[in-house]
Amino acid sequence: MSVKQGFLALLSERPMHGYQLRQEFEARTGGTWPLNIGQAYTTLQRLQRDGLVEPVPGDAAEAPERFRLTDAGRAEADAWWLRPVERKAPARDELAIKLALAVTVHPADHAVDVAAVIQRQRTESLRALRDYTRLKHDVTDDPDGLAWSLVLDSLIFAAEAEVRWLDHVESTVAQAAHRRSATSTVEPVQTPPADGGPDGFDKLNQRIRGGAR
Amino acid sequence: MNAPVMLRMTGVTRVHGHGAAEVHALRGVDLEVRMGELVAVMGPSGSGKSTLLNLAGGLDTPTSGTVTVGRDDVGTLDATGRARLRRKHVGYVFQDLNLVPALTALENVTLPLELDGMPARRARAEGTASLAAVDLDHLAERFPDDMSGGQAQRVAIARALVGPRRLVLADEPTGALDSVTGEAVMRVLRQRVDAGAAGLLVTHDARHAAWADRIVFLRDGQVVDSTGAAAGPDSLLHRAVNA
Repeated sequence: MSVKQGFLALLSERPMHGYQLRQEFEARTGGTWPLNIGQAYTTLQRLQRDGLVEPVPGDAAEAPERFRLTDAGRAEADAWWLRPVERKAPARDELAIKLALAVTVHPADHAVDVAAVIQRQRTESLRALRDYTRLKHDVTDDPDGLAWSLVLDSLIFAAEAEVRWLDHVESTVAQAAHRRSATSTVEPVQTPPADGGPDGFDKLNQRIRGGAR
Repeated sequence: MNAPVMLRMTGVTRVHGHGAAEVHALRGVDLEVRMGELVAVMGPSGSGKSTLLNLAGGLDTPTSGTVTVGRDDVGTLDATGRARLRRKHVGYVFQDLNLVPALTALENVTLPLELDGMPARRARAEGTASLAAVDLDHLAERFPDDMSGGQAQRVAIARALVGPRRLVLADEPTGALDSVTGEAVMRVLRQRVDAGAAGLLVTHDARHAAWADRIVFLRDGQVVDSTGAAAGPDSLLHRAVNA
């Protein structure tokens, strides 16, 4: 996974020992994903077991032991840059689940205020977005600063995507509700909610149910 | 935060039209922007964002409630007084068409000072300092058509905060720019606010609103929500690690 590939990439620069690898890995990703030293050594052991790294010959007297890439390790390090990161099935996302349920669950005593659910969440997501952006204020121009800034951008764009999705959910639900009320004046009884009818609200329900499975 | 309040809106209501055609653009809005503070306003179209900005800049007066810029109550000023207030205290940055094409960058920046009667020599010095604050003093003699979009927006920020002006009102200032250039403009706006100005930013772009200290949501003329105060660095790192 990423730590293993990250170590191979770092070792393609020069041989390093476990502690150095851990330091370099953290420094170049802005300290966003801290490693403990045990993790660093376990990763090195696995890389050695798989024949991707080896101790630097003649280094044995020196402590700690430094490692370098084998030919197979160099090939794997080079291949990693061009291999796209696989996007697996989405993890269970509490927010997506919550909104899917907010538009379908009808509690006995009171309705779920979908607009309020969305607004609360948008404020929280924007707060996170603002806080990540604040960290960018003091980013330096050197390579470490650039790396940190790109990692922050990844968090920032993800938070922005969430805000945009919330905006989209809000207007989709509003439009669906509008169409629903227009329909219900014509046929007040024969259009029960969420029966897979032709209106947009039901289509939205189906799509969200399909996507959350 | 104990910095002085530059812009204060209290119970501000703005009604356009009469009778059946009456539109309540703002309904009892309270808002404060202090020196050194950048506040972003977000909301769907028609939520009252532009009305809010017009009131803050003294281009419009409230139907009820008060708008105070510095020590001046905008509602008590006549048109001449409001024009003077705008020249002295308030600068605008729009999405585009900010600059007069026939004037150089420096002449654009000094324009409000000269309109206010400042001697040309002093206006030049103030204008050069303001351009230097956005890192563009080397383009002082450049005409707007020979500048990039990002540079033109930085000149607009320099003009908005030239001389004694301390309140910048920005309406989608990054709207026409690509993502990296837009961010550079936001960074300059942020720096100028950190240096002691007050800023009110209207945008629909969450990534640019995120440069503000606070984000306020407007819907149907009312403030419906607002992000709290900024978190400290420790909790930020914790958030970043666990994201």
